Amino acid sequence: MSSFGKAFSSSIGKKVVMGITGLFLILFLIVHCFLNSLIFLNDGGETFNLGAEFMAGNWAIRAGEIVLFIGLILHIVQSARLTYDNQKARPVKYAAYNGSANSKWYSRSMGLLGTLLLIFLVVHLSNFWVVSRFTGIPTHDANNRENLYAVMVESFQNIWIVVLYVLSMISLCYHLLHGFASAFQTMGWNHKKYAPVIKSVGVWYSIIISVLFAAMPIAIYTGLIN
Amino acid sequence: MNLTLKVWRQKNSKSAGKLVDYQVSDISPDMSFLEMFDVLNEQLINKGEEPIVFDHDCREGICGMCSMFINGRPHGPKQGITTCQLHMRSFKDGDTIVVEPWRAAAFPVIKDLATDRSSFDRIIAAGGFISVNTGNAQDANALPIPKSQADAAFEAAACIACGACVATCKNASAMLFVSAKISQLALLPQGQPERYRRVQSMVAQMDAEGFGNCTNTRACEAECPKGISLENIARMNRDYYAAKFVSEEEV
Repeated sequence: MSSFGKAFSSSIGKKVVMGITGLFLILFLIVHCFLNSLIFLNDGGETFNLGAEFMAGNWAIRAGEIVLFIGLILHIVQSARLTYDNQKARPVKYAAYNGSANSKWYSRSMGLLGTLLLIFLVVHLSNFWVVSRFTGIPTHDANNRENLYAVMVESFQNIWIVVLYVLSMISLCYHLLHGFASAFQTMGWNHKKYAPVIKSVGVWYSIIISVLFAAMPIAIYTGLIN
Repeated sequence: MNLTLKVWRQKNSKSAGKLVDYQVSDISPDMSFLEMFDVLNEQLINKGEEPIVFDHDCREGICGMCSMFINGRPHGPKQGITTCQLHMRSFKDGDTIVVEPWRAAAFPVIKDLATDRSSFDRIIAAGGFISVNTGNAQDANALPIPKSQADAAFEAAACIACGACVATCKNASAMLFVSAKISQLALLPQGQPERYRRVQSMVAQMDAEGFGNCTNTRACEAECPKGISLENIARMNRDYYAAKFVSEEEV
């Protein structure tokens, strides 16, 4: 095996893939959350549709989309591999195991939270991404732009979709609460001067991103935005 | 104190084990947990039953041999101590206490509560040393070392290789142990010539032994009797990346 092959098949090499893809997905969420938050301007989706058109028409963004899917798949596949390895590392389980005495429940449940997010992603992508990229957006807005906003408003009339989105954002919040600081630790960026900053930025990031995303379906369903 | 113990009994590494109930009475709250086990074992011997095998040596918290997983936590409910430093006053009269061996593929049970931790020895043998020529000891002041660095190396060197980090980690990962053993040398000038070779060899041996992968839950740091910090794992990761992606030295 080559030197790089050996590096990436080692325990630390597998972790660094999780860390890099995780940080990349964290950056993606900032862009995604900012653009979607344009609906809060409550201008009938005009600015939001403008943003959607920019994202759809920009070649760099389309290329980035491919990188994003590769990153996402790597994150999922690698986590499955790591979970398998980690299960194998303790073949006989404890009769009594008091995990809450020394660690947070969400740090021990990243696999479960991630699986919930994967289920959400299937619904989410078929709701919006498949429509905007493949099946086509049915209506156009006043500026003759594709009306992705209308698709969003229509999807969030269904209470079950709204419930699924809000619950998934709770999963996302806890996934990020551990994942944010954890990614930095895995990258080796643990420094007495910066660790407290990373920790608090991670907590604020997780809460702000999840609350903003969860507020979107709620605001549309309750008619606060129309 | 009267207590009910549920203790893991296992004949040898090949047979299946099970939890067996034992009653102990008139236990002094000032006894250590191991002394309570001595009392129980004496009872068993007097009844003609086989005593419970458990690891112990110095009984003053520095050798790292005692290794019981007590009520779901390594070395019991207190922080910063080993099992020999755990006293019965940490429990209440009438308590039921579950005692299991360390559980990890890399720590196979030898008998009852004793596990084979020689995988740690093999990791050390892979690179946890410095190569020096024999001869007169150097003048201590010939190698100046910043105080903060010397302290960090000393704190890493406090690791007694008990395996509590592996035992409590949900993934049975040995990264806290390995990173402490790498850091204590990586932080000092004497450790530099072999620094990038060491991290590669020791991580490779750790993986070969079948330990899990760290997911940064920080359970190891909370349970470590010597308070080894997770900063060591970050340092090990940095050294590993530098070794694999920058250094030209291959192992």
